[in-house]
Amino acid sequence: MPTRIRESRGQEMALTAAVAVVIVLLSLLPMLRLVKEIVAPGGTLSAIAIETGLRSPATWVATWHTLVVGIGGTLLAVLSGTLVAVLVSLTDIRGRSALVLCYVMPLMIAPQVTALAWLQLFGPASPFLKLFGAAPPLGTKNPLYSTSGIILLLGVQYGPLVFLLVRAGLRKLPRELVEAARAGGANWFTVLITIVLPLMTPSIMAASALAFVSCVGNFGIPAFLGIPANYLVLPTLIYQKLAGGGPAVLGETAFLSVLIGVIAMAGILAQEVMSRRRDYRISSTSLSAEPYELGRWRPVIQASLWLLILLVLVLPLFGLVLTSLVPGYGIALTAKTATLDNYRFVLFEHDAANRAFFNSFWLSIAAAFFAVIVAVPVGYLIAWGKQRWVRLLNLSVELPYALPGVVLAIASLLIFLRPIPFTGIQLYNTVWIILYAYLARFLVLALRPTISGYHQIDRALEEAAQVAGAGLFTRLRTIVFPLVAPAAIAGGLLIFMTALSELTVSALLWSSGSETIGVVMFSFEQGGDSNYAAAMSVITVAVTFVLMLVTNLLAPHLPSGVLPWRD
Amino acid sequence: MARLTLDHVTKSFADFDAVKDVSIDVADGEFLAVLGPSGCGKTTLLRLVAGFEKVSAGEIRIGSDVVSNSGGSVAPEKRRVGIVFQNYALWPHMTVAENIGYSLKVAKLDKAVARRKVEDALALVNLQGLGDRRPANLSGGQRQRVALARCLVAAPSLVLFDEPLANLDVHLRASMEDEFAAFHKRSGTTIVYITHDQAEAMALADRIAVMDHGRLAQLATPRELYHEPANEMVASFISQGILLPADVLSAEEAGHCKVRVLETELVVRCRPGELPRAGAKICCRSADLEVSADSSGFDGLVKRVIYQGGAARIEFTPAAGPDLTLHFEQPDPVTLVSGAEARLRLKSGWLIPAAGPAS
Repeated sequence: MPTRIRESRGQEMALTAAVAVVIVLLSLLPMLRLVKEIVAPGGTLSAIAIETGLRSPATWVATWHTLVVGIGGTLLAVLSGTLVAVLVSLTDIRGRSALVLCYVMPLMIAPQVTALAWLQLFGPASPFLKLFGAAPPLGTKNPLYSTSGIILLLGVQYGPLVFLLVRAGLRKLPRELVEAARAGGANWFTVLITIVLPLMTPSIMAASALAFVSCVGNFGIPAFLGIPANYLVLPTLIYQKLAGGGPAVLGETAFLSVLIGVIAMAGILAQEVMSRRRDYRISSTSLSAEPYELGRWRPVIQASLWLLILLVLVLPLFGLVLTSLVPGYGIALTAKTATLDNYRFVLFEHDAANRAFFNSFWLSIAAAFFAVIVAVPVGYLIAWGKQRWVRLLNLSVELPYALPGVVLAIASLLIFLRPIPFTGIQLYNTVWIILYAYLARFLVLALRPTISGYHQIDRALEEAAQVAGAGLFTRLRTIVFPLVAPAAIAGGLLIFMTALSELTVSALLWSSGSETIGVVMFSFEQGGDSNYAAAMSVITVAVTFVLMLVTNLLAPHLPSGVLPWRD
Repeated sequence: MARLTLDHVTKSFADFDAVKDVSIDVADGEFLAVLGPSGCGKTTLLRLVAGFEKVSAGEIRIGSDVVSNSGGSVAPEKRRVGIVFQNYALWPHMTVAENIGYSLKVAKLDKAVARRKVEDALALVNLQGLGDRRPANLSGGQRQRVALARCLVAAPSLVLFDEPLANLDVHLRASMEDEFAAFHKRSGTTIVYITHDQAEAMALADRIAVMDHGRLAQLATPRELYHEPANEMVASFISQGILLPADVLSAEEAGHCKVRVLETELVVRCRPGELPRAGAKICCRSADLEVSADSSGFDGLVKRVIYQGGAARIEFTPAAGPDLTLHFEQPDPVTLVSGAEARLRLKSGWLIPAAGPAS
């Protein structure tokens, strides 16, 4: 029997335990609570919740609508995102970084802001159309209040998401594969169709799945465009039920939110199945292919890409700014009527808007700060840990973000409807429940860049500290944190930007006194005060732009791909 | 300073043994090189000694303390070993002085004392005045020295080198080699030096442990490895030894015996107690081969002549062994041409002991 050696693994155990507690609280607890509500409402196993949900015709209508806009939006996003990715990545187009920056920008803008901007651009009150006297008469229905309107905006919102994934795939395409095909006599277009796109199938599939999940779970766009037309999808149906019925209908909405989760998961599973049908593995790594020379087509294609940017980014934002300067609904904008009153009103006069700015700022800062602090140790275990269960860990952190926000919001409501056991602390109807949901939902946004940061660091740096006598916590503080800090902090800034104008989660969790920017914006728009909503939107978009610029300063210290808008 | 003992150490990953039943005893103050082709398990061996990997079986002792066995493993930070990493592993966010003083800071040493020790360490590696630089602003050789100073400052009981010269250019290698040797002489530290470069190992080490597929192939002094390889792997690995099949004709006498090789008779060196046997192998060096001046030796075909300046490397296939290739150098004037017949002679060789436990 060998002598027992005193191992000093106390710090490792403590770290692992702490990480496990955080993951259980933020990821597993909400999911389990939701499932319990479905299969065992009130504590006993029964199928009542499911039966009631299935019997309601509203469920079926909303599910149908969800699938229609989900699939439509995904198709549009995949077509546009892939086309732009191919043009930007494989041809000798000029001004590539600027194009990427502008094309990806809508991703950084909250969906409800996108919706508001487009509504303002095409509505009868559009100050932009009025500039040319082209606005339809007041009282005309906005053409965007329709199924195709929702599909169009979902496509615009998530095209960049597809673009990013496909572009990342195209960058890994070894040039030998392209060159071998061209040497075999294929022209560029044939190569694209027979070699490049087939090899990109996994990227395109993954992008489609992600776009589908995002479209299905989106709240802002169908809320702004669908509710006025009484075109309800599952997230907006849940919102309306909760707004009308309160906690009494929570069980019913739990079923609906699980339904969304199931639809989203079905999309991801379909992608898995499709990607396994053939072998798409690329074995070699090498430089990427020489860009295709567009020749005389270059000016035309460049112009069309910039026209696209003008349409999806510049015009809507321009319309938004114009609306925020108009004194009231339907008034034409001239040098005389232009006013900053809307800004003054939302910033200084309106109580709820004031509170919303305050709440959203500190919620975003708290969520970002917490995520950075937690991402470093969690990333350490995932990237460098030897334990087998870390894959599971990674999956469970991804889950609250992969599933639509509505799902997490309902789960949070179920957990905190009653006071926390043993303490009597009540989170329901306070701002803290929103914070909890933000922490759970956005943690992965900081974790992903942190993990890619870890993969870039030579593990020997930590081992050198270890042989120098430093214990785990000392190493984390003095060596590991300083090295992954840029990546983790960039992730934190992404969280801040996302959380600042977040609507999906807070629309279901807010209460009087705990409004967020997204919620107040939404209620302004519903009440017909588009000018105030536009002013708030412009402020958040401006803050987001400034933060993007600040984050760019970190870029030299970051692994590539952390900042989506950087080429 | 302490001795290091590896006692029947085995390390398995899933279904693959990276290190298999290795026993090495490194004396206090000894410089041991661990040499082997890539994938032979030498890096795993170092990580086992440092404590980054746990042994699957066997025991590792540093001094009189058991640090690893199947009952557990002392954490690397408690082992008091120093490591000079292949890529230096200098922390980019700290200055040179902060890098060197890190272990003192961790040990909560008095600041003034720590500063003096850092100064001393910098002086020891000839880097006075560079304490405020960042590692990024140093040359490769300077970084190597900082890594050395960093591991010395904690006065470790044992220093491990993980292919420390692999990333340096040839010119710098020679001068760093001198520096390592001088450092070992000065400090008297026990050193385990991992390398795949034979010349480096020969130049620096008191003894060399040759590893092959996770096993210890031979542990011996450089001279013994070259002249008396214990098995075919070591014979062919060290200095491209030539292996020839032979039959032992006479029993050992005064360290020599008679063998039949390539249909000629030859007296070779051998271990005590060798007896006549068939199917043996001898190892000879290219220096043992020469063009025969008389009728002795064996015929064959010159396959290639590669002129290398001052001498040519000749590849030769003996008629008695068409599958064999012998290589040797012929100094200028080079008389052999490729495709020609020639007659060579073996001067000497070493009889490889029958397969058995490595010594």
